[in-house]
Amino acid sequence: MSSSALQIVWVYPDLLSTYGDRGNMLILAHRARSRGIPADTHEVFLNEALPAGDIYLLGGGEDGAQALAAQRLLADRGLHRAVDRRAVVFAVCAGYQLMGSSFFAKGAKCEGLGLLDLYSDRGPHRAVGEVGGEVDPKLGLPTLTGFENHGGRTHLGRGVRPLASVKVGIGNDGKTEGAWNGTVLGTYCHGPALSRNPALADLLLRWATGEDNLPALDETWHNRLRNERLTFTGMA
Amino acid sequence: MTENLEPVAGDKKLPLRATLAASVSRTAAALSRATGRGDGSVIGGKLGMMIDPDLLAHLAAGRQIALVSGTNGKTTTTRFTAAALGVLGEVATNSFGANMPTGHTSALARAGSTPFAVLEVDEHWLPKVINATSPLVVALLNLSRDQLDRAREVAMMAQLWRDTFEQHPEIHLVANADDPMVVYAAGKATDVTWFSAGQRWREDAHVCPACNSHIERQGDDWRCQNGDLVRPRPQWTIDGSAVIDPTGKRHELKLQLPGQVNVGNSATALAVAYFFGVDPTEGAPKLADVASVAGRYAQVERKGRQIRLLLAKNPASWLEAFDMAQDAPTLLAINARDPDGYDTSWLFDVDFSPLRGRQVLITGERAYDLAVRLQVNGVEFAHVTTFAKAIDSAPPGRLEVIANYSAFQDIRAELDRVV
Repeated sequence: MSSSALQIVWVYPDLLSTYGDRGNMLILAHRARSRGIPADTHEVFLNEALPAGDIYLLGGGEDGAQALAAQRLLADRGLHRAVDRRAVVFAVCAGYQLMGSSFFAKGAKCEGLGLLDLYSDRGPHRAVGEVGGEVDPKLGLPTLTGFENHGGRTHLGRGVRPLASVKVGIGNDGKTEGAWNGTVLGTYCHGPALSRNPALADLLLRWATGEDNLPALDETWHNRLRNERLTFTGMA
Repeated sequence: MTENLEPVAGDKKLPLRATLAASVSRTAAALSRATGRGDGSVIGGKLGMMIDPDLLAHLAAGRQIALVSGTNGKTTTTRFTAAALGVLGEVATNSFGANMPTGHTSALARAGSTPFAVLEVDEHWLPKVINATSPLVVALLNLSRDQLDRAREVAMMAQLWRDTFEQHPEIHLVANADDPMVVYAAGKATDVTWFSAGQRWREDAHVCPACNSHIERQGDDWRCQNGDLVRPRPQWTIDGSAVIDPTGKRHELKLQLPGQVNVGNSATALAVAYFFGVDPTEGAPKLADVASVAGRYAQVERKGRQIRLLLAKNPASWLEAFDMAQDAPTLLAINARDPDGYDTSWLFDVDFSPLRGRQVLITGERAYDLAVRLQVNGVEFAHVTTFAKAIDSAPPGRLEVIANYSAFQDIRAELDRVV
C-alpha cells in the first residue's frame, strides 16, 4: 500500500450517499484508531480516479446515481484492480447491487461491475423496514441487524455465499440477505450498517490488516443499540 | 374561545354543499380544541372534505394566495410571510404546521373571508394544492434528504416540481438561488424572483439533475460542468442580520428568532410580500413580532433552567440548529416514530462536533442510535431516560433542547403540563 496507515476509500459520496453512508467510513476509522492502527480516509468524487486503498466503501443511491456510478466504475477499473489484489470491499444497498453482473435502474437493465456472482431485478414491492438474521457460520459473526429500503431483488450465483439467512425483512429475496466472496461483502442493510454490527466492522478490519486478533473495544453503546433493535424485531 | 358556526360573510358565495362542509369543518375544529384532542388544524378539514371534496378550491376562490414549500423552514417562513402580508389586510394561514389539504381546508374555513392566504404546503402535496388553490406566488425554499423511508428521493421531488411548474407558467415563483435542486425545479420559468439565503447543507446537490455532471462551487456561486444549470443572480440577499432588497436597500431585522437561517427565511417572506405590494420597510418590523412558531424556539423556565426548544428533523436542519444553539448544556432527543421516519441512518449525516466540550445529554426512544453516533464523533455525553431527569442533570441556567419531530412534541406536551 502507498502508506503504512490503513487506507479507507469511500467511493463516490456525491453519488452513493443516500442516508448516513458516511457512517461506515467513520466507524471503521474510529475502530482502527481506537486500537492504535492509523487510518486515512479518502472521499473520492465521481470526477476523480479511484486511488489504491485497503478498504473500499460503496453506499446507497438513487436510480440515476447508481447507473452513473456503474458506468464510471466500469470505465475506471480501479475497483476491479483492488479486488484482484484482495483489497476489502464493503458495499451496501445500491452499491451492493452494482457489484453484481446486472441491475435495474429507472426501468432499464444496467451492466454491473461483475465483482460478485449475482444479479438484481425488480421486486413486486419496495422492501422498507428492519432486516436481519443469522450470519453465515463461516464468518463467525453475531446476528445481523439493519434497515433496508430498496425495490430490487437479488439472485445469488454459485460464486458467492449469502451473508445471512433472513429472519426479519426481505434482504435479497425474503430468504437470504447480502452476499460475500473472498474479501468482497455486500448487504441490503443500508446506510451506517456497521453501527449496529460492530463485529462486521472488525471482520473487515481483520481482512484488511491481516491481524487475526484485534484488541477488544468498549462496546457498551453498540451493544445497547443492538439489544434494543434485536428485541424490537424479535431476534433477541 | 367561541366559534362562529354561522356561515361567515365570505361563505355566502359558496355553493350550498361547500357552505355546509365549511360549517361542519369549523364545528369539528372547535370540538377538537375544546376537548383537548388536538389543535383542530386537521380534523375539521377532514370532515369538511368528506362532504365536499372540492371544499379547498371553493374556500380558496377569491383570495390572493401564496404557497410556501420546501424541506426545511416552511412553518417559520409561512409565519413570517403572513406577518409581512398583514400590512395589506387580513391573512388566513395554517400556522400550526398542518401542511396537507385537510390542514389548508381547516385554516381557510376557520379564517372565514380574507383577501389573502399564506399556506405552508408539504413538498409531495404541492402539485395538488396548486391545482386546488390557484396561487399567485409559490415560494420554493430548499430540497434535501428527509425521511427517505417514506419521502421521495430528492431528485424525484425536484422533477415532480419541475413538471408542475411547466404546466403552470402563470405562477410567480420566489425561489432559492443557492439550491441547485430548487433551481432545477423552477425549470424554464421566467417569472421568478431569486433569493439567496445561504445553504449550509450541500450534500444533496453534488450532481446536476439535468445532465449528471458534477456541480462545481466557488464561494456561494455554483454551476454544473456542462453549464446546463447555473446559479441565477439573486435579487434578494442577506448580510449579517439584514435583508437587502432588489433596489439594494438594507433592512435591518430585529428578530426574536435565532439563527442565520431565520434571516434567510425573512428575506424569502419579504420577497413574497413584495410581490403582493408590501414595502419591505413596512414588512420587516412585523417579523420581529414572531416569538415562537408552533413551539419552536419557545423558551420556558423550569426549576431554574431556561429551556429553549429547537426542532431539527433532518441533516440540513440539524446544521441550522447548531448555528442557533448557544454554548450551553444541551439535550438531544431522538425518536423514530411515523412522523420522524423509522430509519435513524441520517444521524451519521450530521456532524455533531460543534457540541464537543459542552455538557451533552441524550434521551428519546432511539437514544442508543445517537449514542453510537456521538461516540464515533468524539462527543462526550450522558444518557437520561426521561426529560425530567435531563432537567435535573443540567445545572441552573440555559438548557438548549434539540429534538426531532415526535420527541419535540413529547417534550412540548410535558412542558405545557407543568408550565
